[in-house]
Amino acid sequence: MGALSEEIRERIRAEFPKYPNKRAVTLNALHIVQDAQRQVSIEAMREIAELLELHPAEVHDTMSFYGFFRDEKAPLGKKRVWVCRSISCMLRGGEELLADVCHDLGVKPGETTADGEVTLEFAECLGVCEGAPCVLVNDECYPNMTAESTRELIKKP
Amino acid sequence: MAEFEPVLMARIGKPDATSLASYQADGGYDGLKKALSMAPAEVTDIVKASGLRGRGGAGFPCGLKWTFLPKDHPGPIYLCVNADESEPGTFNNRVIMEGDPHQIIEGIAIACRAIKAQTAYIYLRYEFGKSYRVLQNAIDECYAANLLGKNILGTDFCLDVYLHRGAGAYICGEETGLIESLEGKRAWPRIKPPFPAIEGLFRKPTIVNNIETLACVTHIVRRGVDWFRSMGVPPDPNNPRDPGSFGPKLYCISGHVNKPGCYELPLGVTARQLIEEQGGGVWKGRKVKAVVPGGISMGFLSADELDTPLDFSGPGKAGCLGLGTAAVVVIDDHTSMVDVLFNCCRFMAHESCGQCTPCREGTDWMRKILERIRSGFGKSKDLDLLMEVAGSMGIIPGTTICGLSDGAAWPVKNAIKKFRGEFEEYIAKGMKSELPVLVDAH
Ligand SMILES: Cc1cc2nc3c(=O)[nH]c(=O)nc-3n(C[C@H](O)[C@H](O)[C@H](O)COP(=O)(O)O)c2cc1C
Ligand code: SF4
Repeated sequence: MGALSEEIRERIRAEFPKYPNKRAVTLNALHIVQDAQRQVSIEAMREIAELLELHPAEVHDTMSFYGFFRDEKAPLGKKRVWVCRSISCMLRGGEELLADVCHDLGVKPGETTADGEVTLEFAECLGVCEGAPCVLVNDECYPNMTAESTRELIKKP
Repeated sequence: MAEFEPVLMARIGKPDATSLASYQADGGYDGLKKALSMAPAEVTDIVKASGLRGRGGAGFPCGLKWTFLPKDHPGPIYLCVNADESEPGTFNNRVIMEGDPHQIIEGIAIACRAIKAQTAYIYLRYEFGKSYRVLQNAIDECYAANLLGKNILGTDFCLDVYLHRGAGAYICGEETGLIESLEGKRAWPRIKPPFPAIEGLFRKPTIVNNIETLACVTHIVRRGVDWFRSMGVPPDPNNPRDPGSFGPKLYCISGHVNKPGCYELPLGVTARQLIEEQGGGVWKGRKVKAVVPGGISMGFLSADELDTPLDFSGPGKAGCLGLGTAAVVVIDDHTSMVDVLFNCCRFMAHESCGQCTPCREGTDWMRKILERIRSGFGKSKDLDLLMEVAGSMGIIPGTTICGLSDGAAWPVKNAIKKFRGEFEEYIAKGMKSELPVLVDAH
């Protein structure tokens, strides 16, 4: 019981003064929880709703709209790696890079490696088109990637 | 025209360019001081007189939008800064946020002074982690120096600026989708009217402006209206509704060029100049087949339309949707337009918010038809079917709530009109794409 630690609750509450109502903190809260727990479980979602004085269905509605958040059925690995497949990257080898990374890691986009280290995702335009093809690791983007440089990047602690 | 001197990108790459101290050493926040010495309406008048048009895609006159706010409104007014930058090919907002964040915060403060807002939210796409950290640091510096917060620089002007991170959805860039998302809900765009200026964030009067627009505001207030109007393209005398295209613009160039990058130039350079002079020419000594003029939503220019000026009205004259984000994507003559169009349609099918049936179903049908064509099973009637679907969705035919749908239809319309022969041959010969494609849409 108690999916959210007091520390997480405090961090969520610290967002309240920025907005005129608590509902506006929904995305912030989902980010805080997913960053720490690699998922937003149903229980965590209920506790977020309680903190924000919302119905759990309201939090779920928001959470499920953004493909970004994962529930306990598909938790994230330690690292989340996104390979861009949109036009500028596609024109410079993005689709091939995504296929290579899938092969290297032995997973399909959306899946996590068996050791729980890496979740691979395809991305739509990451906004780093001058460095196509590019790869995002968590929230840091790396330009001009190849299969080899991506392999090195994923291995880096 | 005088020699062009970059302004928005002038400080980028200088040592310590992101710090408040170095920004102030270069005259930073002088524009805000000037704005604080004027009445709010005077600031709006300057921006209006400059002819500044929104850089986020729609090109709406910025000063005019500000005047749509209700007069003498007692309650809060909000500024939402659109930093969702997700239109494929576009990265100019990121370049200036990471490289010179204080010119943006100064622009936000000046805009808030003009519109009498005391709270601004910067809606930043989650993927821009570096921008987030650079901007947060700049905001913290401003609070410490009394450039944000209460009674800024000893005046009665108070302003709080907050960063709000998105969660990976293109539709959050549409201004009312952005507002819904900021309120903690799914990013379903609202039916307009009411426009945000009347009823926006938290149902209060709200202005939404793009990052580059606000950076321009800083320099307009600092350097004056004449400076801004000294570059660009004046209004077309034969079109009384054309407000012209003034000022500098951050052009993004990517795809098959030797030197992809973000380049600041006066509005109105041609696609050819941009490719040859800034982009260093087409890579591998190849030729251009097609060019995206301003993000994929705007459609395509063909190789014989490269002399189209990239001002607010140029691409439209060549059948494109508009200038969009001025993100130029170059496609070489070794590339199949079937692959390119499939890529555009897959993006839109993935990003449609699903609220309007013509958009949700139409984007997915276009993707599926292109999937069939690229797999070698296209039918000769597919091209007309694509045109029919594309023609039935969007704000222009009046069937959808937001412009994502028009942006989904346009690449299809342009590609099939301008490259029909290539599509017909592909289908007739049952050609197949060589690209590995692992997942269609989901
Ligand atoms: C589907 C869609 C996506 C959009 N994405 C963005 C975006 O990422 N950034 C942006 O500034 N404007 C975007 N816009 C345009 C905004 O709705 C709005 O016009 C703009 O933010 C207004 O600011 P401006 O007048 O300063 O350009 C988008 C519009 C649509 C229809
Ligand atoms: S046009 Fe498409 S993206 Fe826009 S509101 Fe309708 S369904 Fe959503």
